[in-house]
Amino acid sequence: MPLMKLRIVSPSHVIDLNGLKELEYVRREDGSFVIGALTRIAEIESSEMLRKDCPILSECAYQIADPLVRNLGTIGGNVSHADPTNDMPAVMIASDAEMVVEGPEGVRRLNASEFFLDAFTTALRQGEILKELRLPARKTKASAYSKLERQSGDFGIVGVGVSLLLSQDGRCVECGIGMTGAGPTVVRAKRAESAVRGTKVAASAIERAATLAAEDARPVADLRGSAEYKRAMVAVMTKRALRISLKRARSSQR
Amino acid sequence: MKTGISVEVNGSARSAAVEPRTLLVHFLRDDLGLTGTHVGCETTNCGSCAVLLDGRPVKSCTVLAVQANGKEVTTIEGIGTPERLHPIQFAFWKKHGLQCGFCTPGMIISAYALLKKNANPDDAEIRRALSGNLCRCTGYSKIIESVKYAAKLQKKGKVEFSVGPRRHKRAESGEYSGESW
Repeated sequence: MPLMKLRIVSPSHVIDLNGLKELEYVRREDGSFVIGALTRIAEIESSEMLRKDCPILSECAYQIADPLVRNLGTIGGNVSHADPTNDMPAVMIASDAEMVVEGPEGVRRLNASEFFLDAFTTALRQGEILKELRLPARKTKASAYSKLERQSGDFGIVGVGVSLLLSQDGRCVECGIGMTGAGPTVVRAKRAESAVRGTKVAASAIERAATLAAEDARPVADLRGSAEYKRAMVAVMTKRALRISLKRARSSQR
Repeated sequence: MKTGISVEVNGSARSAAVEPRTLLVHFLRDDLGLTGTHVGCETTNCGSCAVLLDGRPVKSCTVLAVQANGKEVTTIEGIGTPERLHPIQFAFWKKHGLQCGFCTPGMIISAYALLKKNANPDDAEIRRALSGNLCRCTGYSKIIESVKYAAKLQKKGKVEFSVGPRRHKRAESGEYSGESW
Protein backbone atom coordinates (compact mmCIF):
# COMPACT_ATOMS: atom_id res chain seq x y z
CA MET A 1 0.00 0.00 0.00
CA PRO A 2 2.63 2.59 0.93
CA LEU A 3 4.50 1.82 -2.30
CA MET A 4 1.37 2.45 -4.31
CA LYS A 5 0.69 5.68 -2.46
CA LEU A 6 4.21 6.88 -3.15
CA ARG A 7 3.70 5.91 -6.82
CA ILE A 8 6.72 3.64 -6.65
CA VAL A 9 4.59 0.80 -7.95
CA SER A 10 1.38 0.97 -9.94
CA PRO A 11 0.16 -2.57 -10.44
CA SER A 12 -2.64 -3.16 -12.91
CA HIS A 13 -4.27 -5.58 -10.51
CA VAL A 14 -4.17 -5.94 -6.75
CA ILE A 15 -5.46 -9.11 -5.14
CA ASP A 16 -6.28 -9.02 -1.44
CA LEU A 17 -5.24 -12.30 0.15
CA ASN A 18 -6.58 -11.33 3.57
CA GLY A 19 -9.66 -13.48 3.09
CA LEU A 20 -7.55 -16.66 3.25
CA LYS A 21 -8.17 -17.34 6.93
CA GLU A 22 -6.72 -20.85 6.55
CA LEU A 23 -3.29 -19.27 6.23
CA GLU A 24 -3.42 -17.74 9.72
CA TYR A 25 -1.90 -20.12 12.24
CA VAL A 26 1.03 -20.69 14.58
CA ARG A 27 1.77 -24.28 15.57
CA ARG A 28 4.52 -26.68 16.40
CA GLU A 29 4.81 -29.86 14.37
CA ASP A 30 7.58 -32.26 13.36
CA GLY A 31 10.18 -30.28 15.27
CA SER A 32 9.36 -27.01 13.55
CA PHE A 33 7.44 -23.86 14.30
CA VAL A 34 5.01 -23.62 11.44
CA ILE A 35 3.56 -20.21 10.72
CA GLY A 36 0.88 -19.45 8.14
CA ALA A 37 1.90 -16.63 5.82
CA LEU A 38 -1.13 -14.52 6.73
CA THR A 39 -0.50 -14.67 10.47
CA ARG A 40 -0.50 -11.12 11.81
CA ILE A 41 2.70 -9.80 13.35
CA ALA A 42 0.61 -9.02 16.47
CA GLU A 43 -0.33 -12.71 16.78
CA ILE A 44 3.31 -13.75 16.60
CA GLU A 45 4.23 -11.13 19.16
CA SER A 46 1.63 -12.39 21.62
CA SER A 47 2.28 -16.13 21.22
CA GLU A 48 3.56 -17.56 24.53
CA MET A 49 4.91 -20.63 22.76
CA LEU A 50 7.08 -18.53 20.45
CA ARG A 51 8.25 -16.28 23.26
CA LYS A 52 9.50 -19.32 25.13
CA ASP A 53 10.96 -21.48 22.39
CA CYS A 54 11.39 -19.23 19.38
CA PRO A 55 12.52 -15.92 20.90
CA ILE A 56 14.07 -14.63 17.67
CA LEU A 57 10.67 -14.55 15.98
CA SER A 58 8.91 -13.18 19.02
CA GLU A 59 11.47 -10.41 19.55
CA CYS A 60 11.51 -9.49 15.91
CA ALA A 61 7.71 -9.20 15.82
CA TYR A 62 7.74 -7.06 18.95
CA GLN A 63 10.11 -4.59 17.28
CA ILE A 64 8.38 -4.21 13.91
CA ALA A 65 6.76 -0.82 13.26
CA ASP A 66 4.06 -0.03 15.84
CA PRO A 67 1.07 -1.86 17.37
CA LEU A 68 -1.43 -0.50 14.84
CA VAL A 69 0.70 -1.67 11.94
CA ARG A 70 1.35 -5.05 13.55
CA ASN A 71 -2.40 -5.66 13.82
CA LEU A 72 -2.63 -5.68 10.02
CA GLY A 73 0.84 -6.62 8.84
CA THR A 74 1.52 -10.29 8.18
CA ILE A 75 4.68 -12.35 8.46
CA GLY A 76 4.28 -13.51 4.85
CA GLY A 77 4.02 -9.92 3.70
CA ASN A 78 7.09 -8.88 5.65
CA VAL A 79 9.08 -11.80 4.21
CA SER A 80 7.98 -11.65 0.58
CA HIS A 81 8.03 -7.86 0.31
CA ALA A 82 11.79 -8.28 0.88
CA ASP A 83 12.49 -4.65 1.60
CA PRO A 84 16.15 -4.59 2.65
CA THR A 85 15.07 -3.05 5.95
CA ASN A 86 12.27 -5.56 6.61
CA ASP A 87 13.23 -7.53 9.71
CA MET A 88 11.69 -10.96 9.12
CA PRO A 89 14.06 -12.02 6.30
CA ALA A 90 17.00 -11.89 8.74
CA VAL A 91 15.07 -14.12 11.14
CA MET A 92 14.44 -16.61 8.33
CA ILE A 93 18.12 -16.62 7.37
CA ALA A 94 19.38 -16.93 10.95
CA SER A 95 17.04 -19.82 11.76
CA ASP A 96 17.45 -21.57 8.37
CA ALA A 97 13.73 -21.45 7.80
CA GLU A 98 11.97 -23.15 4.95
CA MET A 99 9.49 -21.26 2.80
CA VAL A 100 6.54 -23.15 1.40
CA VAL A 101 5.28 -21.50 -1.79
CA GLU A 102 2.44 -22.53 -4.04
CA GLY A 103 1.43 -21.60 -7.54
CA PRO A 104 -0.29 -23.05 -10.58
CA GLU A 105 2.54 -25.57 -10.97
CA GLY A 106 2.25 -26.88 -7.45
CA VAL A 107 4.06 -26.55 -4.14
CA ARG A 108 7.76 -25.74 -3.80
CA ARG A 109 9.83 -25.67 -0.64
CA LEU A 110 12.69 -23.21 -0.62
CA ASN A 111 15.42 -22.62 1.91
CA ALA A 112 15.65 -19.04 3.16
CA SER A 113 19.08 -18.76 1.53
CA GLU A 114 17.59 -19.28 -1.92
CA PHE A 115 14.46 -17.21 -1.32
CA PHE A 116 15.85 -13.68 -1.01
CA LEU A 117 17.43 -12.56 -4.28
CA ASP A 118 17.67 -8.78 -4.21
CA ALA A 119 15.89 -5.65 -2.97
CA PHE A 120 12.13 -6.32 -3.19
CA THR A 121 12.92 -9.46 -5.17
CA THR A 122 12.38 -13.04 -4.07
CA ALA A 123 12.36 -16.44 -5.73
CA LEU A 124 8.55 -16.28 -5.97
CA ARG A 125 7.48 -16.80 -9.57
CA GLN A 126 4.57 -15.13 -11.26
CA GLY A 127 1.34 -16.56 -9.87
CA GLU A 128 3.00 -18.01 -6.78
CA ILE A 129 2.27 -17.04 -3.19
CA LEU A 130 4.14 -17.70 0.02
CA LYS A 131 1.98 -20.05 2.08
CA GLU A 132 3.95 -21.09 5.12
CA LEU A 133 7.18 -20.56 7.03
CA ARG A 134 8.84 -23.41 8.87
CA LEU A 135 11.47 -22.62 11.50
CA PRO A 136 13.42 -25.59 12.88
CA ALA A 137 12.76 -25.59 16.64
CA ARG A 138 16.15 -26.95 17.69
CA LYS A 139 17.82 -23.89 16.15
CA THR A 140 15.44 -21.27 17.50
CA LYS A 141 15.46 -22.31 21.16
CA ALA A 142 18.57 -20.19 21.78
CA SER A 143 18.09 -17.24 19.46
CA ALA A 144 17.67 -13.49 19.52
CA TYR A 145 16.92 -10.49 17.34
CA SER A 146 18.61 -7.19 18.16
CA LYS A 147 17.54 -4.09 16.35
CA LEU A 148 18.62 -0.47 16.44
CA GLU A 149 15.88 2.05 15.77
CA ARG A 150 16.06 5.79 15.31
CA GLN A 151 12.61 6.18 16.81
CA SER A 152 9.69 3.94 17.64
CA GLY A 153 7.86 2.80 14.55
CA ASP A 154 10.58 3.75 12.10
CA PHE A 155 12.38 1.19 9.99
CA GLY A 156 15.43 -0.11 11.77
CA ILE A 157 18.87 1.33 11.21
CA VAL A 158 20.28 -2.18 11.31
CA GLY A 159 19.13 -5.43 12.89
CA VAL A 160 20.81 -8.76 13.53
CA GLY A 161 19.20 -12.14 14.13
CA VAL A 162 21.17 -14.99 15.68
CA SER A 163 20.45 -18.65 16.35
CA LEU A 164 22.80 -20.92 18.28
CA LEU A 165 22.86 -24.64 18.90
CA LEU A 166 25.30 -25.87 21.52
CA SER A 167 26.37 -29.45 22.21
CA GLN A 168 26.29 -30.91 25.72
CA ASP A 169 29.84 -29.73 26.41
CA GLY A 170 28.94 -26.17 25.40
CA ARG A 171 30.51 -26.23 21.95
CA CYS A 172 28.63 -24.44 19.17
CA VAL A 173 27.29 -26.98 16.69
CA GLU A 174 25.31 -24.60 14.55
CA CYS A 175 25.14 -20.85 14.24
CA GLY A 176 22.98 -18.71 12.00
CA ILE A 177 23.37 -14.94 11.61
CA GLY A 178 21.13 -12.79 9.39
CA MET A 179 21.54 -9.03 9.00
CA THR A 180 18.86 -6.42 8.23
CA GLY A 181 19.70 -3.13 6.54
CA ALA A 182 23.14 -4.43 5.66
CA GLY A 183 22.81 -4.67 1.88
CA PRO A 184 20.33 -4.66 -1.01
CA THR A 185 18.66 -7.67 0.57
CA VAL A 186 19.10 -9.65 3.78
CA VAL A 187 22.72 -10.71 4.27
CA ARG A 188 23.93 -13.94 5.84
CA ALA A 189 27.07 -13.27 7.88
CA LYS A 190 28.80 -16.45 6.71
CA ARG A 191 32.28 -15.69 8.03
CA ALA A 192 30.88 -14.63 11.39
CA GLU A 193 28.91 -17.87 11.60
CA SER A 194 32.11 -19.85 10.93
CA ALA A 195 33.95 -17.86 13.58
CA VAL A 196 31.47 -19.06 16.19
CA ARG A 197 30.81 -22.60 14.98
CA GLY A 198 33.01 -25.19 16.68
CA THR A 199 34.06 -22.83 19.47
CA LYS A 200 32.85 -22.58 23.06
CA VAL A 201 31.56 -19.10 22.15
CA ALA A 202 34.00 -17.26 24.36
CA ALA A 203 34.04 -13.47 24.41
CA SER A 204 36.89 -13.49 21.89
CA ALA A 205 34.83 -15.53 19.41
CA ILE A 206 31.95 -13.09 19.78
CA GLU A 207 34.28 -10.13 19.18
CA ARG A 208 35.72 -11.83 16.12
CA ALA A 209 32.25 -12.65 14.75
CA ALA A 210 31.11 -9.05 15.23
CA THR A 211 34.12 -7.73 13.32
CA LEU A 212 33.53 -10.17 10.47
CA ALA A 213 29.80 -9.42 10.34
CA ALA A 214 30.52 -5.70 10.09
CA GLU A 215 33.06 -6.34 7.33
CA ASP A 216 30.54 -8.37 5.35
CA ALA A 217 27.77 -5.79 5.75
CA ARG A 218 27.22 -3.47 2.79
CA PRO A 219 24.90 -0.83 4.22
CA VAL A 220 24.05 2.30 2.27
CA ALA A 221 24.09 5.82 3.70
CA ASP A 222 20.66 7.38 4.12
CA LEU A 223 18.80 9.59 6.56
CA ARG A 224 19.26 6.90 9.21
CA GLY A 225 23.01 7.17 9.16
CA SER A 226 26.20 6.86 7.17
CA ALA A 227 27.42 3.51 5.86
CA GLU A 228 30.30 3.65 8.31
CA TYR A 229 28.01 4.22 11.27
CA LYS A 230 25.69 1.42 10.22
CA ARG A 231 28.59 -0.98 9.80
CA ALA A 232 29.77 -0.15 13.31
CA MET A 233 26.25 -0.76 14.58
CA VAL A 234 26.11 -4.15 12.82
CA ALA A 235 29.05 -5.15 15.02
CA VAL A 236 27.26 -3.95 18.15
CA MET A 237 23.99 -5.68 17.28
CA THR A 238 25.82 -8.89 16.36
CA LYS A 239 27.51 -8.95 19.75
CA ARG A 240 24.27 -8.21 21.51
CA ALA A 241 22.28 -10.92 19.73
CA LEU A 242 25.08 -13.47 20.17
CA ARG A 243 25.34 -12.77 23.90
CA ILE A 244 21.60 -13.04 24.45
CA SER A 245 21.44 -16.26 22.41
CA LEU A 246 24.36 -17.69 24.35
CA LYS A 247 22.69 -16.89 27.64
CA ARG A 248 19.54 -18.61 26.43
CA ALA A 249 21.50 -21.63 25.22
CA ARG A 250 23.23 -22.03 28.57
CA SER A 251 20.10 -21.54 30.66
CA SER A 252 18.22 -24.15 28.64
CA GLN A 253 21.06 -26.64 29.17
CA ARG A 254 20.91 -26.31 32.90
CA MET B 1 -15.73 0.99 -11.88
CA LYS B 2 -17.26 1.09 -8.43
CA THR B 3 -17.62 -1.84 -6.10
CA GLY B 4 -20.45 -2.33 -3.65
CA ILE B 5 -19.44 -2.78 -0.02
CA SER B 6 -21.31 -3.13 3.25
CA VAL B 7 -19.58 -2.33 6.47
CA GLU B 8 -20.97 -2.24 9.98
CA VAL B 9 -19.89 1.16 11.20
CA ASN B 10 -20.43 2.01 14.87
CA GLY B 11 -23.10 -0.62 15.09
CA SER B 12 -25.15 0.24 12.01
CA ALA B 13 -24.95 -1.40 8.61
CA ARG B 14 -23.73 0.97 5.92
CA SER B 15 -23.61 0.19 2.24
CA ALA B 16 -22.01 2.17 -0.54
CA ALA B 17 -20.44 1.89 -3.94
CA VAL B 18 -16.79 2.90 -3.79
CA GLU B 19 -13.90 2.95 -6.17
CA PRO B 20 -11.53 0.10 -5.31
CA ARG B 21 -8.73 2.61 -4.70
CA THR B 22 -10.69 4.43 -1.97
CA LEU B 23 -9.01 4.30 1.40
CA LEU B 24 -11.10 3.32 4.41
CA VAL B 25 -10.43 6.69 6.04
CA HIS B 26 -11.81 8.53 3.00
CA PHE B 27 -14.85 6.26 2.89
CA LEU B 28 -15.54 7.06 6.55
CA ARG B 29 -15.00 10.79 6.20
CA ASP B 30 -16.24 11.57 2.70
CA ASP B 31 -18.95 8.98 2.12
CA LEU B 32 -20.26 8.58 5.64
CA GLY B 33 -19.44 12.04 7.00
CA LEU B 34 -17.68 10.61 10.04
CA THR B 35 -15.02 13.28 10.22
CA GLY B 36 -13.90 12.40 13.73
CA THR B 37 -11.34 10.10 12.17
CA HIS B 38 -8.53 12.35 11.01
CA VAL B 39 -6.15 12.22 8.08
CA GLY B 40 -2.74 13.22 9.35
CA CYS B 41 0.17 11.91 7.34
CA GLU B 42 -1.56 9.43 5.04
CA THR B 43 1.67 7.41 5.07
CA THR B 44 1.00 5.00 7.98
CA ASN B 45 3.11 7.01 10.39
CA CYS B 46 0.97 9.23 12.57
CA GLY B 47 -2.01 7.13 13.67
CA SER B 48 -4.57 9.94 13.75
CA CYS B 49 -6.69 7.83 11.37
CA ALA B 50 -6.83 4.89 13.80
CA VAL B 51 -10.11 2.98 13.94
CA LEU B 52 -11.10 -0.42 15.28
CA LEU B 53 -11.43 -2.98 12.50
CA ASP B 54 -13.17 -6.06 13.90
CA GLY B 55 -12.13 -4.80 17.31
CA ARG B 56 -8.45 -4.26 16.59
CA PRO B 57 -6.91 -0.82 16.17
CA VAL B 58 -5.50 -0.20 12.69
CA LYS B 59 -4.50 2.77 10.56
CA SER B 60 -7.43 3.39 8.27
CA CYS B 61 -5.27 5.23 5.73
CA THR B 62 -3.60 1.93 4.94
CA VAL B 63 -6.72 -0.16 4.49
CA LEU B 64 -8.80 0.00 1.34
CA ALA B 65 -12.50 0.54 1.89
CA VAL B 66 -13.17 -2.67 -0.07
CA GLN B 67 -11.04 -4.56 2.45
CA ALA B 68 -13.48 -3.55 5.20
CA ASN B 69 -16.36 -5.17 3.34
CA GLY B 70 -18.25 -7.45 5.72
CA LYS B 71 -16.33 -6.20 8.73
CA GLU B 72 -17.06 -4.06 11.76
CA VAL B 73 -15.54 -0.63 12.10
CA THR B 74 -15.65 1.52 15.22
CA THR B 75 -14.64 5.15 14.89
CA ILE B 76 -14.31 7.78 17.60
CA GLU B 77 -17.99 8.60 17.03
CA GLY B 78 -18.79 5.06 18.21
CA ILE B 79 -16.76 5.42 21.40
CA GLY B 80 -18.79 8.18 23.01
CA THR B 81 -20.81 11.30 22.30
CA PRO B 82 -20.43 14.86 23.56
CA GLU B 83 -23.36 14.22 25.89
CA ARG B 84 -22.13 10.89 27.08
CA LEU B 85 -18.39 10.81 27.04
CA HIS B 86 -16.63 7.53 27.29
CA PRO B 87 -14.44 7.45 30.41
CA ILE B 88 -11.34 7.67 28.21
CA GLN B 89 -12.71 10.79 26.56
CA PHE B 90 -13.61 12.20 29.93
CA ALA B 91 -10.12 11.44 31.22
CA PHE B 92 -8.48 13.17 28.26
CA TRP B 93 -10.61 16.23 28.96
CA LYS B 94 -10.06 16.17 32.71
CA LYS B 95 -6.30 15.58 32.54
CA HIS B 96 -5.62 17.88 29.58
CA GLY B 97 -4.64 14.97 27.37
CA LEU B 98 -5.02 17.13 24.29
CA GLN B 99 -3.79 20.43 23.02
CA CYS B 100 -4.74 20.93 19.36
CA GLY B 101 -6.75 17.73 19.44
CA PHE B 102 -5.79 16.47 16.00
CA CYS B 103 -4.20 13.22 17.18
CA THR B 104 -6.79 12.66 19.92
CA PRO B 105 -9.27 10.39 18.09
CA GLY B 106 -6.42 8.02 17.21
CA MET B 107 -4.96 8.21 20.72
CA ILE B 108 -8.33 7.33 22.21
CA ILE B 109 -8.84 4.41 19.80
CA SER B 110 -5.42 3.00 20.75
CA ALA B 111 -6.05 3.63 24.45
CA TYR B 112 -9.43 1.95 24.16
CA ALA B 113 -7.91 -1.17 22.62
CA LEU B 114 -5.19 -1.21 25.29
CA LEU B 115 -7.58 -0.91 28.24
CA LYS B 116 -9.77 -3.64 26.84
CA LYS B 117 -6.80 -6.01 26.91
CA ASN B 118 -5.12 -4.65 30.01
CA ALA B 119 -7.28 -2.84 32.57
CA ASN B 120 -4.33 -1.74 34.65
CA PRO B 121 -1.45 -0.76 32.38
CA ASP B 122 1.75 0.78 33.70
CA ASP B 123 3.49 3.72 32.04
CA ALA B 124 5.65 1.53 29.83
CA GLU B 125 2.66 -0.45 28.60
CA ILE B 126 0.76 2.74 27.81
CA ARG B 127 3.73 4.21 25.95
CA ARG B 128 4.12 1.05 23.99
CA ALA B 129 0.44 0.81 23.08
CA LEU B 130 0.43 4.43 21.90
CA SER B 131 3.72 4.18 20.02
CA GLY B 132 1.87 4.19 16.69
CA ASN B 133 0.22 7.52 17.47
CA LEU B 134 2.14 10.75 17.10
CA CYS B 135 1.28 14.01 18.85
CA ARG B 136 2.72 17.05 17.05
CA CYS B 137 2.04 19.16 20.16
CA THR B 138 4.25 16.66 22.02
CA GLY B 139 1.77 16.44 24.88
CA TYR B 140 2.68 12.86 25.62
CA SER B 141 2.99 13.14 29.40
CA LYS B 142 -0.56 14.38 29.74
CA ILE B 143 -1.81 11.74 27.34
CA ILE B 144 -0.25 9.01 29.44
CA GLU B 145 -1.72 10.54 32.58
CA SER B 146 -5.11 10.60 30.88
CA VAL B 147 -4.96 6.92 30.00
CA LYS B 148 -3.98 6.07 33.56
CA TYR B 149 -6.84 8.15 34.87
CA ALA B 150 -9.23 6.43 32.46
CA ALA B 151 -8.07 3.07 33.79
CA LYS B 152 -8.77 4.30 37.32
CA LEU B 153 -12.27 5.50 36.39
CA GLN B 154 -12.96 2.17 34.84
CA LYS B 155 -11.79 0.33 37.94
CA LYS B 156 -14.16 2.37 40.07
CA GLY B 157 -16.84 0.65 38.04
CA LYS B 158 -18.84 3.74 37.29
CA VAL B 159 -19.11 2.74 33.68
CA GLU B 160 -18.99 -0.67 32.16
CA PHE B 161 -16.09 -0.65 29.80
CA SER B 162 -17.53 -1.63 26.46
CA VAL B 163 -18.28 0.32 23.37
CA GLY B 164 -20.11 0.33 20.06
CA PRO B 165 -23.74 1.46 20.30
CA ARG B 166 -25.10 -2.03 19.80
CA ARG B 167 -23.09 -3.59 22.56
CA HIS B 168 -23.13 -0.56 24.75
CA LYS B 169 -24.45 -1.62 28.11
CA ARG B 170 -24.37 0.69 31.05
CA ALA B 171 -23.37 -0.87 34.32
CA GLU B 172 -25.87 -1.47 37.07
CA SER B 173 -24.28 1.30 39.06
CA GLY B 174 -25.39 3.77 36.43
CA GLU B 175 -23.62 5.82 33.86
CA TYR B 176 -20.65 7.96 34.50
CA SER B 177 -21.63 11.02 36.44
CA GLY B 178 -18.72 11.53 38.76
CA GLU B 179 -17.74 14.99 37.73
CA SER B 180 -19.64 17.56 35.75
CA TRP B 181 -18.57 20.01 33.08
